[in-house]
Amino acid sequence: MATRKAVEVYLDLLSQPCRAVQIFLRSTTIPHTVKPVALRRGENKTSEFTKLNPMQKVPVMVDNGFVLTESDAILKYLATNYDVPDHWYPRHPERRAKVNEYTAWHQTNTRPHAAKVFILEVLMPRMTGQPAEPTRVQKALVELSGTLDKLEDMFLKRQPFLCGDDISLADLLAVCEIMQPLGGGRDILQDRPKLLSWKSRVQSALKDSFDEGHAVLYRLRDRSKAKL
Amino acid sequence: MPLELYLDLFSQPCRSVYIFAKKNNIPFDFKKISLMEGDHYGEDFGKVNMMRKVPAMRDGEFCLAESVAMMIYMVEKFKTPDYWYPADLHKRARVNEYLSWQHMSIRMHGSKMFWVKVLIPKIMGREVPQEKRDAAIEDLDESLKWLEEKFLQDGPFIAGDHISLADLVAIVEVYQPVGAGVDVFEGRPKLSAWRDRVRQEIGPELFDEAHQGIMGAIEVVKTLDSSKMQAFRPRIQKMFF
Repeated sequence: MATRKAVEVYLDLLSQPCRAVQIFLRSTTIPHTVKPVALRRGENKTSEFTKLNPMQKVPVMVDNGFVLTESDAILKYLATNYDVPDHWYPRHPERRAKVNEYTAWHQTNTRPHAAKVFILEVLMPRMTGQPAEPTRVQKALVELSGTLDKLEDMFLKRQPFLCGDDISLADLLAVCEIMQPLGGGRDILQDRPKLLSWKSRVQSALKDSFDEGHAVLYRLRDRSKAKL
Repeated sequence: MPLELYLDLFSQPCRSVYIFAKKNNIPFDFKKISLMEGDHYGEDFGKVNMMRKVPAMRDGEFCLAESVAMMIYMVEKFKTPDYWYPADLHKRARVNEYLSWQHMSIRMHGSKMFWVKVLIPKIMGREVPQEKRDAAIEDLDESLKWLEEKFLQDGPFIAGDHISLADLVAIVEVYQPVGAGVDVFEGRPKLSAWRDRVRQEIGPELFDEAHQGIMGAIEVVKTLDSSKMQAFRPRIQKMFF
């Protein structure tokens, strides 16, 4: 009988969904191997990686030959396949539904709106050599602000975490997106005490895995701040 | 008290929820919400879904939004046949993979076609600029390419041999541009064959009934009073101009 290999994950820690996967694996101590893929060096475009994922995106998970993309699906697979505390992806139908409700909404709200700020302030200037366009950044910030309002008013409300009393996959995915603009030196939570306390609670629950997962982003932030 | 489902069948995720509930004989109260008439701004609806979006569900005291979450909840609660959302971890992961990917690809680009070809000309009184129309078609083509090449591949359905939530969510999105007058099936035999299989599995009567609205949308929009649709302007301005 063949021995089961530890799950492999192809990640670039500058990518928000990749961070969520890494932080989850480390926080729950699921044995795994990280295969780094540096997007800025085009390592997602090699013929080898393209064979693995024709869409040339990260994260990718390989579990003994089973290849899976999409962080949402990967996290739910890991939470179900391994013995992790129930709060991550509760089995109770109503509680699970709340996590599913957030993770769906996340795709078209938190993710694109937070990513846009980072793209405009860090990625595009890096690619084009031109500084970020202030009007576009302003527009993106307004849109993001609307999303953060909804996070506070429609998900968090008076709860400690987005979907209830305990941290779940929802909080993990959300926090990684919300951290991203920090790479450009911008703290989008600075005037939002409610979300700041939520973020502290998430960080406490994740312990070392949070800062470890964000180390690359912190270095980028420090370089960006040095430039400002 | 049966489940309440707040639906506007012009909306793709409403169609998938509707088809799923009907196909599985799940008893529910159909609460019609007409987006074009602004029903989602009503006070009562706000209590069911603060975000004022459809579909929305109320099961006793429990309210839920997001079609994917709603259908997975119904799978659990009503113990629907396994193939919709398989217990097998690998198969389930395939379904989840599609359900995650589709938000910012086929859903986004399919929806856009309906705005570009039908709603915007009506509301704004002018066409979307040509380059933006071309870009919208290109984006939709790319999504359809991935649907065929990565998700369908050579299988009869997205997650394997049986229909699942993935196919249901995919088919309703694919029909949105069709309702806008863009025949996505032309020149795509694989997609067409898959559509035929999905329609057969769902049941042609139910499938056609659910899609009656969107397939007649162009005619309906013609009759609408565009002065009453000006609330959509800011969103359109942001998206396209």
